[in-house]
Amino acid sequence: MKGKPLVSIVSAGLSKFGKIEGLYARELFAEAAKEAYERCPNLNPKKDIQALFVGHMGESYEHQGHTGATAADWAGLLHIPAIRTEGACASSGAALRAGIYAVLSGLCDVVMVGGVEKMTHRTTPEVTEFLAMASDYPFEQWHGITFPGLFALMATAHMHKYGTTEKQMAMVAVKNHYHGSLNPKAHMQKEVTLETALSSRVIAWPLKLYDCSLITDGASCLILTKPELAKKYTDTPVHIVGSGQASDTIGMYEREEFTSLKAAKLAAKKAYEMANVKPEDIDVAEVHDCFTIAEIIAYEDLGFCKPGEGGHLAEKGETKLGGRIPINTSGGLKAKGHPVGATGTAQAYEIYLQLTEQAEKRQVKDAEIGLTHNVGGSGATAAVHIYRRE
Amino acid sequence: MGEQIPFTIEQFYKHMLQGKFIGGKCKKCGKIHLPPRPLCDKCFLNEFEWVELPKNGKLLTYTIIHVAPPQFQGMAPYAVGIVQLENGVKIPGMIKGIALEQIKIGMPLTIDFGTCAATQPWPQWPRYSFKPA
Ligand SMILES: CC(C)(COP(=O)(O)OP(=O)(O)OC[C@H]1O[C@@H](n2cnc3c(N)ncnc32)[C@H](O)[C@@H]1OP(=O)(O)O)[C@@H](O)C(=O)NCCC(=O)NCCS
Ligand SMILES: [Zn+2]
Repeated sequence: MKGKPLVSIVSAGLSKFGKIEGLYARELFAEAAKEAYERCPNLNPKKDIQALFVGHMGESYEHQGHTGATAADWAGLLHIPAIRTEGACASSGAALRAGIYAVLSGLCDVVMVGGVEKMTHRTTPEVTEFLAMASDYPFEQWHGITFPGLFALMATAHMHKYGTTEKQMAMVAVKNHYHGSLNPKAHMQKEVTLETALSSRVIAWPLKLYDCSLITDGASCLILTKPELAKKYTDTPVHIVGSGQASDTIGMYEREEFTSLKAAKLAAKKAYEMANVKPEDIDVAEVHDCFTIAEIIAYEDLGFCKPGEGGHLAEKGETKLGGRIPINTSGGLKAKGHPVGATGTAQAYEIYLQLTEQAEKRQVKDAEIGLTHNVGGSGATAAVHIYRRE
Repeated sequence: MGEQIPFTIEQFYKHMLQGKFIGGKCKKCGKIHLPPRPLCDKCFLNEFEWVELPKNGKLLTYTIIHVAPPQFQGMAPYAVGIVQLENGVKIPGMIKGIALEQIKIGMPLTIDFGTCAATQPWPQWPRYSFKPA
């Protein structure tokens, strides 16, 4: 059978993404939780939710750690056990995985998983420094390598090995901005032209402004339960049918190759096997486009095309709404925004909307099977999940 | 060199300040660790010997950083890359002493050890860099 449910998503919430002035992480998380509660009137949050796993990358932004308890409090869930998971930009992909452990272990019937990050109140050099903390300090950060810099190293290597072009990368940005223009919760809801993207200023050559994801505030959450309890809460659950997570060296320089992410490939293999589905079965996917090159590499690592062909896939429009496999219909990290800790479960939120026919202007017709691909750092953490509609 | 010197990151940089560029070689599987590690990730053994690392290598990939963290802002734009040393070991670092537009994948580079003031708070690591060989 394709996709035996591991756990079921019975509700989901997402705060507005963007430069949200005056709201701190806990307050953003409350906004996401509220939507999840409202979507699921049969759920009694205080009585039913038994644990919270919340992804949050950095305490530097707000001088505030201990996000598990804080998020539980602001979501009205005291005094359940609550912990923060941290895996850089894959912090909430890891929270989702932790929630699956909790439900599958039998210890919990219903859990909330989510993530949050408040970033835009800090200057770009500060954010650049905080983000870099997810890379190796003694050999990468110490020598001036930034996050965009790490993915730029991959881009240069990919261009050299496969002939991938700056234009192909820019096409990813153009597509994701188009998708973002259809998403009322996206950070940037404006389309961009290829010329604008290609002529934007250099951040870390060959990556330019439009190759980079946004610095964003936001929060996301999901309510998970055992498949046999799902119908108690909703008529339209979305089942998680595959889950894979993997790790790799913190230092990107130590890896065998710089043109693919081994952790993502391993996580995908596990998730596909568990779900008993193939790349061709995926109808819609949210992939970790922290930089446009990362989306191109994701196509290859997830098996949507052969290694080296990711750039062509973007150029031919196959991953655009209406194409063979629409990717990042939310606008992705590029246009919807990338509040790093919130991203993993925000991807799952989009797939939840798609598989329950609630994605409005960006709905992929008859979408049955979805996938999320969440990467932390330069690929030292990766989480891949596969979803199936009821 | 004595067995008592720890196979650690701290020691790697201490050696570099003394003008020595050395990694830790696992006595069982032969893997050369840069930085040296106290536990071989291949065979879980903790017996190593110090081996000298080649100073020359070739550039595998690079980028030019324009938006930098606060402490590097004054240097931007600057080049960083990943260099594969002649024994196959890889190490990242800044590339200096060449016009940015002349940097090419595959070019031969050699390491400059850099210095570090003894008064500097932790970490007292030199900022080595690479230059054309
Ligand atoms: C690319 C980046 C350095 C730009 O920051 P910046 O130079 O400070 O830019 P500003 O915030 O001053 O914004 C200037 C303008 O560019 C826009 N802008 C900022 N980032 C943008 C991006 N990534 N794409 C498109 N437009 C962007 C802003 O909206 C603003 O437009 P406006 O003048 O019309 O209001 C920053 O967005 C960044 O670091 N992104 C990557 C984040 C990252 O690494 N995430 C983790 C990945 S794993
Ligand atoms: Zn060994």
